[in-house]
Amino acid sequence: MLELKNIGFFVEEDGGVRHILKDVSLTVNERFVAITGPNGSGKSTLAKIIAGILRPTSGKIFLDGMDITDLSVTERAQAGISFAFQQPVRFKGITVKDLVSLAAGKSISITEACSYLSEVGLCARDYINREVNASLSGGELKRIEIATVLARGTKLTVFDEPEAGIDLWSFSSLISVFEKMYNKTQGSIVIISHQERILNIADKIIVVSGGKVERQGTREEMLPAILGKKVCSALTDKLEG
Amino acid sequence: MDELEKMLLLQIADLHKVPDGAYNIRKNGEGDGRRSTENIQINTKTDGKSGIDIIVKPETKNESVHIPVVITKTDYRETVYNDFYIGENADVLIIAGCGIHNCGVQTAEHSGVHTFHVAKNARVRYVEKHYGSGDGNGENVMNPSTVLYLDEGARVEMETTQIKGVDSTVRSTRAKLAAGANLVIKEKIYTHGKQLAKTDFCVDLDGAGAGADVVSRSVAAGQSLQEFVSRINGNSKCHGHTECDAIIMNGARVTAVPELTANCVDAELIHEAAIGKIAGEQLTKLMTLGLSEQQAEEQIIKGFLS
Repeated sequence: MLELKNIGFFVEEDGGVRHILKDVSLTVNERFVAITGPNGSGKSTLAKIIAGILRPTSGKIFLDGMDITDLSVTERAQAGISFAFQQPVRFKGITVKDLVSLAAGKSISITEACSYLSEVGLCARDYINREVNASLSGGELKRIEIATVLARGTKLTVFDEPEAGIDLWSFSSLISVFEKMYNKTQGSIVIISHQERILNIADKIIVVSGGKVERQGTREEMLPAILGKKVCSALTDKLEG
Repeated sequence: MDELEKMLLLQIADLHKVPDGAYNIRKNGEGDGRRSTENIQINTKTDGKSGIDIIVKPETKNESVHIPVVITKTDYRETVYNDFYIGENADVLIIAGCGIHNCGVQTAEHSGVHTFHVAKNARVRYVEKHYGSGDGNGENVMNPSTVLYLDEGARVEMETTQIKGVDSTVRSTRAKLAAGANLVIKEKIYTHGKQLAKTDFCVDLDGAGAGADVVSRSVAAGQSLQEFVSRINGNSKCHGHTECDAIIMNGARVTAVPELTANCVDAELIHEAAIGKIAGEQLTKLMTLGLSEQQAEEQIIKGFLS
């Protein structure tokens, strides 16, 4: 179980202090937990704080009861946290097979590498020896990114907007990846997303707004309000427009 | 050969044993084995210079020549001239390289001058590796010069690699290409400590339809110094591309100087040069996979120079 207690995060800019997260407390113990909210609400910052990429300026983080607040990115990865980047990183010279092998933590066979790639809808033979560089499209890179966390198979995986940039690949495939992943790892999957179809599969939905947890609850409790609000805001936009 | 010499051979030529095909092994300035084949003749130079002539018959296909150089002495300097004559329509692999193990305090230096005369429509893949080791304070110095004359329709693919242990290197490559000839150069350099690596390419695209692609990838670590100069002269309707991509670390310094000259209105010439440290997000991504920062850095460099 992941537990965030009173997490705060601020940055200093233009001589002042900007609070990005304020007193965020939440737990993740369910199968799928969706964190949603408007742009700039602090969702991605929260995801990075869980992965250890950003250090909170206040508060504590616990993984299965262990205080991991001061653990580095590497130590958190080794403790069982995986993170799929919103914008995958490119590497000159590192092949898809190299990256999947590094993720798996061992040298893997071509068959194994292929199985992860086919799960994200890539024909492995075409990709296995390609470099993870600018020659790949944004959508291809995104699916390779997802394949790397699949290869890790840890007890907690955080996806930062996994749907962004997924080109021709369908949502239902993405959702089936989450389901297969859960069946394999029995670990929690945290998904930062705006997408209704992803919220639809969540066991728990957390709404972050203005750096705070605005509301949280089960899908049944949360979804009608979120969707209602979306419809309302769409209507308001129209009326105002 | 002793274990040390075998290790050097393995580093520079991937050789575990005597190679197949033609070969000439030079050890501390002396011949240490040679084989000519029906199609590839290796002869000691008779003009007073130290070195060999390698003559490949026209139409020779899928054969290889290994000419490694091994030096295990300190306070030793040599200049060697090797000339290659590649016959029309031949298609061969040439593996050269120099390994120095210097455990003394004096300099060990090898300067190899390789001149290629590549006849019409012949194809050559030329692989050259440089490696140095040693536990003394003596410097390992290698100054390879490569001169390439490509006749009509000839193609040369040159891979030149210096990964470790060479304290000082000045690498000069000159090429002249006739019509329809094509040259691809891939250089990989890793320097560390106080090493110095200078590379200087100059390619003349003389004939119509000639093309050159000169690409250098390098990593400069420690307090090392690298200088990359690449000149392409487009003297006809031709296509030239040069690229220098360097990762800089610690207190190293890198200079990249691409120089293009078009002497013909139909010459198409492009240069790209990029120098920068390892991107923080690359390290972070690999660390989220469980690698330490140092392991992440090693993987990025290994990939970059692979």
